[in-house]
Amino acid sequence: MTSASLAEWSNLAVYASMLILIGALVAFAISFAAKGQRVLTPSLVTVGGTPVEAGVMPADRSEVLSGRRAGNIAMSLTWLATGVLFIGLVLRGLWAGRVPWGNMYEFSLAASVALLGVFLVVSTRRDVRWLGLPVVVIALLSLGLAVTVLYTEAAQLVPALKSYWLVIHVAAAVICGGAFAVAASISGLYLWRERAEQKGRVIGLVSSLPDASRLDTLAYRIIAFAFPLWTFAVISGAIWAEAAWGRYWGWDPKETWAFITWVIYAGYLHARATAGWRGRRAAYISLVGFASFLINYFGVNLFVNSLHSYAGL
Amino acid sequence: MTTATDQMTTEPASPPPLDGTGFLRWCWRQLTSMRIALILLFLLALASIPGSVLPQRGLDPIRVTDWMEGNPTWGPILDRLGFFDVFSAPWFAAIYLLLCISVIGCVLPRSRLHWRALRSSPPAAPRRLDRLAAHRAWQSSATADDVLDAAAATLRKRRWRVARGGGWVAAEKGYWRETGNLVFHAALIVLIVGVAYGALFGWRGNVIVREGTGFADTLTQYDAWGGGRLVDPADLPPFAFTLEDFRVEFDRSEAQFGSPRLFEADLTVWPAPGEPSESVVVRVNEPLSLDGAKVFLVGHGYAPILELRDGLGRLVHDQGVIFLPQDGNMTSTGVLKAPDATPSLGIQGLFLATAALDDVRGPHSSFPAPDDPAVFLSAWAGDLGLDDGVPQSIYRLDTEGMTQLGLRALRPGESWEIPGGNGTVDFVGFERWASFQIAHDPGKEPALIASILALSGLMLSLFVRRRRIWVRAAPDGSGETVVSVAGLMRSDDGDLTSDVEAVTVAVVESTGTQPQGRSTAT
Repeated sequence: MTSASLAEWSNLAVYASMLILIGALVAFAISFAAKGQRVLTPSLVTVGGTPVEAGVMPADRSEVLSGRRAGNIAMSLTWLATGVLFIGLVLRGLWAGRVPWGNMYEFSLAASVALLGVFLVVSTRRDVRWLGLPVVVIALLSLGLAVTVLYTEAAQLVPALKSYWLVIHVAAAVICGGAFAVAASISGLYLWRERAEQKGRVIGLVSSLPDASRLDTLAYRIIAFAFPLWTFAVISGAIWAEAAWGRYWGWDPKETWAFITWVIYAGYLHARATAGWRGRRAAYISLVGFASFLINYFGVNLFVNSLHSYAGL
Repeated sequence: MTTATDQMTTEPASPPPLDGTGFLRWCWRQLTSMRIALILLFLLALASIPGSVLPQRGLDPIRVTDWMEGNPTWGPILDRLGFFDVFSAPWFAAIYLLLCISVIGCVLPRSRLHWRALRSSPPAAPRRLDRLAAHRAWQSSATADDVLDAAAATLRKRRWRVARGGGWVAAEKGYWRETGNLVFHAALIVLIVGVAYGALFGWRGNVIVREGTGFADTLTQYDAWGGGRLVDPADLPPFAFTLEDFRVEFDRSEAQFGSPRLFEADLTVWPAPGEPSESVVVRVNEPLSLDGAKVFLVGHGYAPILELRDGLGRLVHDQGVIFLPQDGNMTSTGVLKAPDATPSLGIQGLFLATAALDDVRGPHSSFPAPDDPAVFLSAWAGDLGLDDGVPQSIYRLDTEGMTQLGLRALRPGESWEIPGGNGTVDFVGFERWASFQIAHDPGKEPALIASILALSGLMLSLFVRRRRIWVRAAPDGSGETVVSVAGLMRSDDGDLTSDVEAVTVAVVESTGTQPQGRSTAT
């Protein structure tokens, strides 16, 4: 394949996956709305002293069935879109002759793969179709920005980026981006659900969500996975900075915001172990942490004069 | 500051006692409480933000000056408060030092507790195991002792710490969680100590070297040098090197026009006086290590070779003049000062790697490679101000008290007679120069080791689950034995059903009775 056709195929794959994701988005929305039609009756059965949600009565049986079908279709479409996007990313790498995370367009592509990947990995362990909607929305936003604003032709790297640390450091950061986005989505949904539970009015759409405590635990699990990885990304970045710039830490804006993000998520983990800080406050911290990650990605790359600004539009 | 509530100091809600020691103890308990640690963490994050928004002296002193000039009201106030040196400001140090004390105040007592826990047996089984979230019960035809023996053996084989009591077996696992937690926090302290050690004993300097010229590692040869408080500049390692050749390549594709693709410096290096020289290539990402110091290639530029003759026809300068790049296309500016010429001359210049001219930007370079080099020179005569005793930049000409003699654009090989018979300038050609950062940081190895320890401890503290399992067995009076197994997660809210299930299956297999009833768990 010539490099021009590699480029075309890569772009085509990205657009195709976006189209599929739009399909998934619609299907997730239908599934979410249909589940929200359920009426929750008081818990009828308790086993081992804990209530089990057994008394769910469908308002309309056919509606629930169609909602379930829509959820399954949405999951299948998400798998498909992720696969196609992954192929697009691989083709991009083949075209450029290097790992496909050398500029912001490619970071956004790779981060979308990571985001969808984290979601799909979680979905193999438990039913998270209620999470599909925000995840697909974030993925589409990221891809939309990538193809419109951030798009750039594949090119070789500037000398400072020619290092195997590019593979390790950026891959770790990109996967963290995906995981933090998933965790933030769950924390956002937690706040919604928790408020409804506090008011004692778990009706309508919010009843499609799992219990607030489960949302809290799931967000924690994902951050507990991503935080060591983020720590590793920061350490590997420091090792690389030592080789490239002659110092391992220089409070460059990118480093500063990586540090801020690290401190916020460290705060999250401590908050979950502190009385009075669990739950709602922890969820806010998770959202602030993701905001800090986004500032580090978009803000520092686009608006601040940083050593990392060469990443290129 | 640690990640479990059970052993944390509880928040004292009462006001501080007024007597001396009571007040100190109250302060200490406040400081080592998780709530204060959390607040300090968020303060640390918040305090870092101005360091990324405002220009910082350590990174870019020129932008700090510009910012202060643009904000005459706020500039001096913020400067006073340390906002242009956030990361060495006292208030920033106060936050992380308090955090350090908080960490130490938490890690030390917890280490003692954990040390005790490591050497003690798991606690006795609670009376009612069915109250625990994950439990299972069944009747067995084996005797209670046989069941408990089998349970203890199974648990030991699965690397649980096991204690045996009257009618029960207790087991605990996952001590690495707290070990990792403590290692993580201790390693952070070591990391900060390593950073501080590097800041006290490390040094860093920058030097620009033209092709064909050399550098010897002494203080006077540096353009800029900074060292820690405990560094003696006389002790710099005595190496030297010459820049033989510097190669650059730029991208000519439309998408990335002008992006650098290759920087390579060929050096001849003398590791120490009297030692044989060696040839070394230094690239970005591939520094040269010399006697504890590292030489990094950090920049490059052009040095037009200007031959200057004064009004009397004497040759007063014939070398490359280092011009500093002002943009990515290497539009560069520089100054040649000739105080000994008659009259004293100052030449301000613009070097363009690929000369271009337009109405908006005036003369500029349109590509960083020297496709069409040119210089724009402006000659000045008069007092250069070099004898005033005020330090001057060699890259700036203070034209106050000088008269401009004329302006001229030159291509390589061209010559310019400065108007008024004040001399001639020949633009002979150009050389390249490379700038190097030379740094010695003895704290970086300790910092790296501490980081790796911290990461390992962190992963243990997040992924290992601390948990207990108890087995009770008692005869039910009819010749059968009632067996119950239950588990308790001591760390975060997780599910112990699988552990309970595994122990149940193993015990049943070795004692040979099917369990009745199902295990339940939340």
